Amino acid sequence: MTGAPSENIQKTLNDPRLQLAIYAASGRLMDHRATAVQTEVLPEYQDLRTQANQIKKHTIENLDYYLEQLEANVVAHGGQVVFCRDGQEVADFVLGLAKKNDARLIVKSKSMTSEEIHFNERLAHHQLEAVETDLGEYIIQLAHQRPYHIVAPALHLTRYDVADIFTERLGVEREVVPENQTKIARAVLREKFLQADIGVTGANFLIADSGAVVVVENEGNARLSSSTPKIHIAVAGIEKLIPRAQDLAVFLDLLGRSATGQPLTVYTSFLSGPRRGDEVDGPDEFYLVLLDNGRTKLLVDPEKRQSLYCIRCGACLNHCPVYRKIGGHNYPWVYSGPIGAIITPQFHDITENGWLPFASSLCGACAEVCPVKIEIPKLLLKLRSEVTDVKRQHGASGLERFAFRMFAWVMAHPKIYLLGGRIGAILAPLVPPVGPLKKWASQRTLPRPAKQSFHQLWAARKRK
Amino acid sequence: MTSRDQILADIRTALGRTAGQRPAPLTAPLLRGPRFDRDLYIQTFVQRFEKLAGKAFAVPDAAAVLPQLSPLLDGKRVVASHAPFLDTCGITALPQVQSGFSGRDALRDACAAADIGITSADYALAETGTLVMLSSRQEARLVSLLPPVHVAIVPRSRILANLDELLTLLPKPAEQSSSMVLITGPSRTADIEQILIRGVHGPGEIYAVIVENA
Amino acid sequence: MKVSLFVTCIVDQVFPQVGIAMAGVLERLGYEIDFPQAQTCCGQPAFNSGYPGEARTVARHFLEVFRDSEYIVVPSGSCTSMIAHHYEEIFKDDSKRLDEAHRMSPRVWEFSRFLLEVAKTEDVGARYNGIVTYHDSCHALRELRIKSGPRRLLAKVQGLTLREMDAAEECCGFGGTFSIKFPEISGAMARTKIDSIRKTEADAVVSIDSSCLMQLQGVIDRAGLPIRSMHLAEVLASR
Repeated sequence: MTGAPSENIQKTLNDPRLQLAIYAASGRLMDHRATAVQTEVLPEYQDLRTQANQIKKHTIENLDYYLEQLEANVVAHGGQVVFCRDGQEVADFVLGLAKKNDARLIVKSKSMTSEEIHFNERLAHHQLEAVETDLGEYIIQLAHQRPYHIVAPALHLTRYDVADIFTERLGVEREVVPENQTKIARAVLREKFLQADIGVTGANFLIADSGAVVVVENEGNARLSSSTPKIHIAVAGIEKLIPRAQDLAVFLDLLGRSATGQPLTVYTSFLSGPRRGDEVDGPDEFYLVLLDNGRTKLLVDPEKRQSLYCIRCGACLNHCPVYRKIGGHNYPWVYSGPIGAIITPQFHDITENGWLPFASSLCGACAEVCPVKIEIPKLLLKLRSEVTDVKRQHGASGLERFAFRMFAWVMAHPKIYLLGGRIGAILAPLVPPVGPLKKWASQRTLPRPAKQSFHQLWAARKRK
Repeated sequence: MTSRDQILADIRTALGRTAGQRPAPLTAPLLRGPRFDRDLYIQTFVQRFEKLAGKAFAVPDAAAVLPQLSPLLDGKRVVASHAPFLDTCGITALPQVQSGFSGRDALRDACAAADIGITSADYALAETGTLVMLSSRQEARLVSLLPPVHVAIVPRSRILANLDELLTLLPKPAEQSSSMVLITGPSRTADIEQILIRGVHGPGEIYAVIVENA
Repeated sequence: MKVSLFVTCIVDQVFPQVGIAMAGVLERLGYEIDFPQAQTCCGQPAFNSGYPGEARTVARHFLEVFRDSEYIVVPSGSCTSMIAHHYEEIFKDDSKRLDEAHRMSPRVWEFSRFLLEVAKTEDVGARYNGIVTYHDSCHALRELRIKSGPRRLLAKVQGLTLREMDAAEECCGFGGTFSIKFPEISGAMARTKIDSIRKTEADAVVSIDSSCLMQLQGVIDRAGLPIRSMHLAEVLASR
């Protein structure tokens, strides 16, 4: 079983600048969210969460039905739907389309789903340039890095890092002022927007009754990616569906506020197909790529299925005390934080990521802020017992299992417990800090068992 | 089996559903009403719009629009959408204003070169200071997107309370247009050191002129 | 009126004075204390480590020991929550015990909540001269919704000044096996809390969970700081 990246975690913990960056950025997002959902501002917040959860539950439990409705409506508006089992099928489709249209340049707006399938890398081998246009994603693309956070991909970088990246990769003179760095990126990317053959966006929501994709953003790059090129491809996981356009009222009330504290993000685009009749601009062709990539696996278990309700707001990351210490790159997959901790072991072999559900103190802060009420701690516990089951099958961690068997036996036999407790109290000073004790002692002084247990003190008291 | 069929089959197996099986009914969408009186719409809109760093002002009628805007438009290259309301306001008649594009490329080039883009607004949402633009023959997408400044002329009658009211009025926006965009403030990012910067890709400056008797 | 104490295994073995303090406060309020000797643990350590079967063995014993108790008072938010909320999950395939767990759930009371809602007392006549800050333990805060209660009780302690820390609601980093499996992260989380406590210049940090206090005191001692950790019961028993 693969273990946690302990060395890198320690490195992250020992980096004061990075610690401050993560803590401050997530702290700010927490505060903005709190302001946006407070009772005075949004009295119906808890009701909205309940509704969102119910709508998602209904949709996920009838996913095939709504996918077919979505497909029919996309087609009715002149678009095409492409179902893809995995990243390879997505790449094959895009490459085929690019070849047919002699396309060379793709502009992309932010899409975690595309990161998940290594979209850009797959296309790079085929003389097809895919440029990220979200500023943060553009920066990390240039730096060949993974996003650090679902909403803030370049959270871990300073302006000096950005200056280095731009100078090295764009050949521009060193520029450390963020406003000017933004201007540089804007100029470069504008050219790309105007020249691009294909625009690829993600989708925050897929609307079944409208055959539409909804894309939310603050910069304008998704609007541009879906408006200037002749072809627009939206890539989305099949779980992004909601049944009706009117359900957006609930989800849009929650998404911006939970993510950044904004009641609405700057741009919310409701796109349904290529341009129509007499519309002057807009794409000539629209393709909606619906990706499985393992999501159907997560549908199987009725308890864990709720992992698919996620609307990728990032609130759980911001509130997670573990994420706030170890940051996004110590998680094994593109999805980090609490949501990453529950979906990674479900999408991928649980033995590869068996440590992940344990890397949590189960504090519950995530569940408290999740706009769609995913019971993250409950799922972490479920995954923990699945991990121990798998380990038992593989004959691993026998010592730990034996320890808990002993624990259960002792705790079910009070006389043994009492005896054990007293022996422990006597022997404790003699026990060297090894194994779990050593781990505890690496950070803290060791607690000592009391000379007399409460049982003994109480018995003595009664005798008086 | 096609990928489509495979995926749908996998879903049905996982959920224990059969093809064509109708879901149990979902409760009707809960759309909330306005939080405040209709006569506060303009005031609320202006407040929220300006909180987002936009500039908004109300004028009594269409004729009063140009006098408000002239200083801003002086000496600038301007593109305007084809909306009849902009004709009424005299905007499309101005010499520095290009409008009435029928070709996509011409429109795009003009927008890319322009300093200011002027559009009407299909709706505005008071609670969030939002402009709602549906793309159509009259309103192209790029006019409010490529130039660094966007000016929207908003008929007062088009101001709604909030998104809920918009979706009550337009339960299926897809039937109206291939694109409906809600614009809530100028383009922005906080991707570098969490510092707020405006005008990344979309317009960094936005104006709303509300025409009270329209 | 008779109340049964479930002191929890950590209090029994490591912090018995917390149990004594709690018993003292309750007796002073006129309650007769029942201490079922056969009590051991609620099973949480096994449950949280992914061993629900082993947790079930311990939980079954708990149900037996406290079967006839009308009020079970517990000096711990996490143990209370384990019994009142998570036994549901533990016994989901055992309808008889599930039923017992359901009937027991409303009879289990975290100590501060018992004082406020059953004893209906905010002022227990305590005196503690000093500045304290309060740590919201996670299960208490998020699963039991305990937030203002302990603060109201502290407000009535003579001579006590309560100062809020910025990071009051942040996890201390204990999390049971988490503190052993990921000690470096656990330690870092605790140090963030300690920094927040230091900013208040409090002499003591108070909580309703001994496991949190054990975690925090461990880091405090390692750093050589003059801060005490006290369970709410100890403060309320002070005269």
